[in-house]
Amino acid sequence: MNGATNVLMAGFGGQGMLLAGKLLAQAAMNEGLAVSWLPSYGPEMRGGTANVIVCLSPHDIGSPIVDHPLALLAMNRPSLDKFAPRVAPGGLIVVNKTLIEVDAERIDCTVIEVPSRELASAAGTDRAANIVMLGAYVGATGVLPEPAVEQAIASELKGKKQQWIPANLAAFAAGLALGREAAATPVSAASSDNNGSSES
Amino acid sequence: MTKVLMKGNEALSEAAIRAGCVHFFGYPITPQTEVPEYLVKRLPEVGGVFVQAESEIASIHMVYGAAGMGIKCLTSSSSPGISLMAEGISYIAACELPCVIINIMRAGPGLGGILPAQSDYFQATKGHGHGDYQLIVLAPSSVQEAVDHMLLAFELAERWRNPVMICADGMIGQMMEPVEFPVAGRGEPMAENDWSLGGNEGRERRIVNSLHLSPEDLNDHNIALKAKYDKIAEEEVRHEVYGAGDDAEVLVVAFGTVARIVKSVVDDLADEGLKVKLFRPVTLRPFPYDALRGAAEALPPSGRVLTVEMSMGQMVEDVQLAVLGRRPVEFQGCAGGIVPSPKELARRLRSMVIGAAAEEPIAANSRS
Repeated sequence: MNGATNVLMAGFGGQGMLLAGKLLAQAAMNEGLAVSWLPSYGPEMRGGTANVIVCLSPHDIGSPIVDHPLALLAMNRPSLDKFAPRVAPGGLIVVNKTLIEVDAERIDCTVIEVPSRELASAAGTDRAANIVMLGAYVGATGVLPEPAVEQAIASELKGKKQQWIPANLAAFAAGLALGREAAATPVSAASSDNNGSSES
Repeated sequence: MTKVLMKGNEALSEAAIRAGCVHFFGYPITPQTEVPEYLVKRLPEVGGVFVQAESEIASIHMVYGAAGMGIKCLTSSSSPGISLMAEGISYIAACELPCVIINIMRAGPGLGGILPAQSDYFQATKGHGHGDYQLIVLAPSSVQEAVDHMLLAFELAERWRNPVMICADGMIGQMMEPVEFPVAGRGEPMAENDWSLGGNEGRERRIVNSLHLSPEDLNDHNIALKAKYDKIAEEEVRHEVYGAGDDAEVLVVAFGTVARIVKSVVDDLADEGLKVKLFRPVTLRPFPYDALRGAAEALPPSGRVLTVEMSMGQMVEDVQLAVLGRRPVEFQGCAGGIVPSPKELARRLRSMVIGAAAEEPIAANSRS
């Protein structure tokens, strides 16, 4: 990684965005970067969106608060509605296509639509939808080497949860592949035109 | 030493154990509840004592008792809970007992909200209980500094026989950052001393008591306390300066969370060629009056000072006392749990610097 970057991850409480952010922060820390993980803990997360801003940098991090995040992972519609307009121009928006049926409406950003639950189910557990989203973000940005994130995922699943490591790594790989492919195809927002699976 | 990723609240708790404190008395309140949550698991592992008291009033008086026994002890709360502790803190300070109090500030007044604020500055630094007493108040601005401050807090508490408050806010408490603990394992208990209780077999009887009915005795006691506070002000004052050298046109004064946001803004403005410097009080009490006056006097004649706080203006009064009218002191504040954004601070500073430059054409030319 050359410069500093940041990402806002948002969804309903329980969708695992705070954990996805923690795994990214953990992996970045293990890579020797400075990181901050700042969650929302106010009234908004009690029945609305739970979100976290993760900042990564080769240098000390000043403000852990970001006015215009360089990337957004949106797990649900309220998160997309609230945060997509705030993403920095030229930024990245990863949309959970399983639950969000509308477009991000940011033609100036790269938008990647991820059928997160479907990919997670195929990987072995639909509870790893958050890990699919994390994979897509890492794949699209190359923000960290993938083994660093894989190691963070494996270390998080301790004791009885160890049995879920293979499924989570498979979910990460599925997201990673999708993210890489999307990043290699420089199409903004238009990717939604080819994906007729959602609007009904 | 390896780094671990921890929330501020958890890191403060672990640091207390590293400092040798294994006695905690507290009562839950957002946004500091991870402190008791962490310690209720950890303290039994290190042979410590965890008590969830029936209220904050009980917590601080349990601390009073334990501290009187010469035991390193800790309590933690957030703003409304700290208000309840005022009486006990006054007694502890009166009896010159060491202890550490964490305040993870939230927005007030009253029950207020649960989001970050710095509006307990007066309460922390001006002695919110009754009588002539002072706390030592530390204001960390990162999770690592919270750890360092906890170790320092126990050291200062014991050295000066005085309560020490760590004044952070909901953002520092809730945020995760990598931290290193400079010491391993459970720290040392309090050193042998000539004041703590615990059975007087084979020695003189000792008394811990804040009641002095003789006015002469109480006057002497207050004079002795004042002499101690003056010495603390001389020896323990701490601050940090960040950014442009002596040619800064605006000096921003901020502590804790706000100070680290200002650091980002100072860097961003430096990229635009605008020279802004941050002065960060690390100890809120003793306040770095002399160093701040020096920094303000180093500004050009057109220079200005801006105090930024998550309050309606509290520390700004100390800033004015420090600067003594030698440069204009302005204020920007917010409340309710709103944290100032880098963008709005940059806007304010940009207008201040360009305004200052208008009175100082040479500086304006050099910036072009």
